Amino acid sequence: MRLLTFWLAHRSELAAMTGRHLFLVAVSTLVAVAIGLPAGIVAAHRPRLGRPLLAVANIAQTVPSLALLGFLLPIPFIGGIGPRIAIVALVLYGLLPIVRSTAAGLASIDPAVMEAGVAMGMTPRQLLWLVELPIALPSIVAGVRIATIVGIGTATIAAAVGAGGLGEYIFRGLSMVDSTVILAGAIPAAVLALVADGLLTWLERRLSPGRHPAARATTIAAGVALAAALVGIAAGATASRTPGIVIGSKNFTEQVILGELMAQTLERQGIAVTRRLNLGGTIICDQAIRSGDIDAYVEYTGTALTAILRRPVIKDSERVLATVRDLYGTSGLSVLDPLGFNNTFAVIVRRSDADALGLGAIGDLRKTEAGWRPGFGYEFVERPDGYRGLSAAYGLHFSVEPRVMDLDLIYRALAARQVDVIAGDATSGLITALDLTMLRDDRRYFPPYDAVPIVRSAVVLAHPEVKRAFARLAGRISEADMRAMNSAVDVDHRDVAVTVREFLSR
Amino acid sequence: MTDRRAAEPADVIEFIHVRFARGPHVVLDDVRLSIARGEAIALVGRSGAGKSTFLKLINCLLLPDSGVVRVEGRDTRDWDPIELRRQAGYVLQEVGLFPHLTVEGNVSLVPRLAGWSEPRRRERSRELLDLVGLPPREFAARWPRELSGGQRQRVGVARALAVDPPILLMDEPFGALDPMTRLELRAEFQRIRRHLRQTVVIVTHDIAEAFALGDRVGVLDNGRLIACDTPRAIEAASDPRVRQFFSAFPPGLARG
Repeated sequence: MRLLTFWLAHRSELAAMTGRHLFLVAVSTLVAVAIGLPAGIVAAHRPRLGRPLLAVANIAQTVPSLALLGFLLPIPFIGGIGPRIAIVALVLYGLLPIVRSTAAGLASIDPAVMEAGVAMGMTPRQLLWLVELPIALPSIVAGVRIATIVGIGTATIAAAVGAGGLGEYIFRGLSMVDSTVILAGAIPAAVLALVADGLLTWLERRLSPGRHPAARATTIAAGVALAAALVGIAAGATASRTPGIVIGSKNFTEQVILGELMAQTLERQGIAVTRRLNLGGTIICDQAIRSGDIDAYVEYTGTALTAILRRPVIKDSERVLATVRDLYGTSGLSVLDPLGFNNTFAVIVRRSDADALGLGAIGDLRKTEAGWRPGFGYEFVERPDGYRGLSAAYGLHFSVEPRVMDLDLIYRALAARQVDVIAGDATSGLITALDLTMLRDDRRYFPPYDAVPIVRSAVVLAHPEVKRAFARLAGRISEADMRAMNSAVDVDHRDVAVTVREFLSR
Repeated sequence: MTDRRAAEPADVIEFIHVRFARGPHVVLDDVRLSIARGEAIALVGRSGAGKSTFLKLINCLLLPDSGVVRVEGRDTRDWDPIELRRQAGYVLQEVGLFPHLTVEGNVSLVPRLAGWSEPRRRERSRELLDLVGLPPREFAARWPRELSGGQRQRVGVARALAVDPPILLMDEPFGALDPMTRLELRAEFQRIRRHLRQTVVIVTHDIAEAFALGDRVGVLDNGRLIACDTPRAIEAASDPRVRQFFSAFPPGLARG
């Protein structure tokens, strides 16, 4: 029921995302066929070439999709966020089934049929077009069917690189820990896959030997026309997006809220905006703004200093801001004034444990160490101002290796007693909602993480109104405000746009 | 037609000291044979005696290691293989009908490659289906998988004859059929032969078949052609190797 309400409320967005999804899959499948079909023919005719070819396709298939996007991201031309990189990744995934089924379809042709063809004086080309491909056609279509279905599933990952599609709901839902939103994207994707499966199975059957050549030709023409129409419709739906100022965000609730906040702030001043929210981690957002794929997003000064600029930790927030602003300025990025809250890392435990064991500060954890299971997000484990620095500063040694998990799930894991201590965000709405408590950083280990809008300097120069609009946000959002908005979205499952609108209208 | 043929060499196919080996295994050795126009030669031999290789040397699917194979007086090495194969219809044991084409589509494929017009192709395929005993009205639109083994082989013969090639090569054409169908098709082929001018080379391991179909019967043994003569002369041969070959067949029975 909630799902239906959600779809109704978001129907135009749902249609756009579905169109976008189809566009990504249709384009990538067509490209995969254009590459995979000849490759499959080569693989079947020249096994010596074919074996390494299949091996390459196999390897591409086994790389996890997010990792593949990570590899592709820095590559010039195909890299950068947006649909292009998603399509390249989807093509790589689609290749294997197509190459393999083409090769298998050709290899399974009765040798007597081939011998008859050769002996009756067919040139290799005639043999290929008049005998081999028609006979292998059902097998080839089966490969295209598998590639399409895999593509529909994998295309949900495209949202991580700002290519849109139904994956946006899934990522949004994951970051909100709201299964309704996840299902809002997952169910249409599954329906698409089933429809595609049905259509292509029908096509496969129509193309199997025993149908009249004319009927087969019509079927192929119909299939190609349908695919072209899909690309056309979807491309039209995509092209109708207005460019304007492109706002990005990382892939957790607070970031999405802040992205929406920036977007609505501009829109209130009549400035056109494109949202590229939920882009994945810090590095993806940073690359996106440096390459001009997005124009602005909210970063945290401490993150910028240590994770992006790779500078040593500074504890003074003024000095952090000044340093970051200087260094960003040299690479064409403007750091605007802080929004007001400091989203520092927070070491969080269950309130019941804190009360029972008398935990008030991080240092108190030394009392509990043996058997306590820490759980951290990916970034926290890697960053110099993360786990390593923390254990050094406080002399903490957990006997159990930290569980590494998604930042969004980590609070629930703590509440569910799967882990005992986590590093999270000081502004997380879940801290109060799940009855958790934050330990004091009495040694001032964590550097300040003041939220600041980062805007491309070119945009600031060309559109001074953008900077003026953002200036209205300076100092306006306290930790309590941020925690309340996070809680509204994460805990009460309120709509991000509505939550932001209410905040701005206060 | 007679005039044109008169200008051509009398021997359509010549094997001159032909040797063919697959690695260390000698498949054919010092094979000498001339086949006259319009003649039907039946080659017998055990499996592995080199029978199929013999055929493939004629339509250039294989080239000899030494010696010369001449077709229409020209070394097969000098022929354009595609052109040569269009001169030689090929019928093989497994038939190899194209599963994605109807009976008519199979028969008219070579004419299509040769650029015949649609009506001419249609007429020719109907004529051939009639010839091989498959009424076109009933069979033209059928798919290969809807046919019995014997019917398939009839289509295979029709397909090989489609552009009326001067040579017809048959590799164990009736080998995969049950004995009744086999006898029936053999009789049928003898009938068809009366309507054809083709030079026919047929290889078989069935001595009765060879005697029934060949104007001359050649005996291949261990890669060598140890005899080639009329069935009557072969039966009367004194060569112990030939005698041994036929020892299992009481005289007369071989006549089928």
